[in-house]
Amino acid sequence: MSKTVLMVGTRKGAFLIESENRKDWTVRGPFCEGWPVYHAIYDQGSGTVYAAAASEWHGSAVWRSSDLGETWEHSSEGITYGDEDGRKVSKVSTLMTAGDTLLVGVEAPGIFQSADGGQTWSLLTTLAGQPGSEVWDDPKSQPPGHLGISNLLPDRSDPAHFWAVVQGIGAYETTDGGASWTPRNKGLRRDWPSDWEEVGYCVHKLVRSPSDGDRMYQQNHVGMHRSDDRGETWTEITEGLPSEFGFAAAVHPHDRDTFYVVPLDPGHGRVMPDGKATVWRTRDAGSSWAPLRKGLPQENAHLGVLRQGMTIDSHDAPGLYFGTSTGQVFVSTDEGDTWQQLADYLPSISSVEVAVVE
Amino acid sequence: MADVHLPTTLTPLFPGLTRHVDVVADTVLGAIDELEAQWPGLRDRLVGEGPTLRGHIHVYVDKERSGLDTPLEPRSRMDVIAAISGG
Repeated sequence: MSKTVLMVGTRKGAFLIESENRKDWTVRGPFCEGWPVYHAIYDQGSGTVYAAAASEWHGSAVWRSSDLGETWEHSSEGITYGDEDGRKVSKVSTLMTAGDTLLVGVEAPGIFQSADGGQTWSLLTTLAGQPGSEVWDDPKSQPPGHLGISNLLPDRSDPAHFWAVVQGIGAYETTDGGASWTPRNKGLRRDWPSDWEEVGYCVHKLVRSPSDGDRMYQQNHVGMHRSDDRGETWTEITEGLPSEFGFAAAVHPHDRDTFYVVPLDPGHGRVMPDGKATVWRTRDAGSSWAPLRKGLPQENAHLGVLRQGMTIDSHDAPGLYFGTSTGQVFVSTDEGDTWQQLADYLPSISSVEVAVVE
Repeated sequence: MADVHLPTTLTPLFPGLTRHVDVVADTVLGAIDELEAQWPGLRDRLVGEGPTLRGHIHVYVDKERSGLDTPLEPRSRMDVIAAISGG
């Protein structure tokens, strides 16, 4: 029987939460020796869980488990800019598989690749020469969190084609495995002055419809946006939401027009407005939005959800999941109409990813 | 032979690594490289680009705060400390 497995990255290690029926859930962890885990994923090809973690004492490494968390190893061999380069790897932020290759995005911004399942790594790219690269290595130019590459988005039909987001600078697309890049921020809005034309946009989360590869969505620092041409141009779809700000986003696996976001207070709090936990859904590609609250706490619930903190599974009736800055994980298996809390008292959650494992 | 004392945060990362290890080396970095030879990947956990000691890793040789190039005597005690960090 298949089981649904959540990979949850937290400030104090990784957790695995699994269920055969998506009603009764088992929590296991913490793994990765309690290192802060920024992103954890499951590779369907190899059956391996990978976790990008950065310890304040022991530096950055990618942890891996080929037996669903029973045993773990870690490696950072090759995840370095070298002793001569002025740049340092302060953090491994985000993971992605591209065919048989595993990629990890790091800060200072760069992407490292592994062809042996995370045992050894080599530098793929720093996106050198791209607009924005002249400033992004300077910590003074970086947004809080210092994620560097904050998001990698694959094209499951073409391992050489993917997108990378440089935190606070914008999204870039490659069609040749990272050898060359094109900024993909046309039509986005920014509320600050910038000398750049093609970059200088704060892309928080980029997602792509599994049912229509031309359809993409993004939660931006300022606004929700949709693309109908594979990210070449963007149209704002914020109207109807309580806030233009948020981090997390998820797109329905079978319906390109259904999309979920978690709007947050844009100030220092960055939590759900009014203490009411709410996910918002559009079923018409952003023309209208509806709040989803049934089963979510509606009093004094000051929950934050970070950019890797919401995901959706591939079941016929897809399960939607999000993890909070206060350690709860919620699930909906009816497209967001009703919610169930499946874990509590976890450390602050950085990321939630899901896999259906046979 | 230097007597190297390692932090509890390090030993679970490498099977067989113990809190106290005897190492023959001339410097702190030499001792870390000796440990690396036995437990591949260990150097990365203590030493970053430069090479420099990682920011919150402190090393004391015979109770004196030390760097990577600090010499070790045959009977030195080398303490590697995971210093106070975070919450």
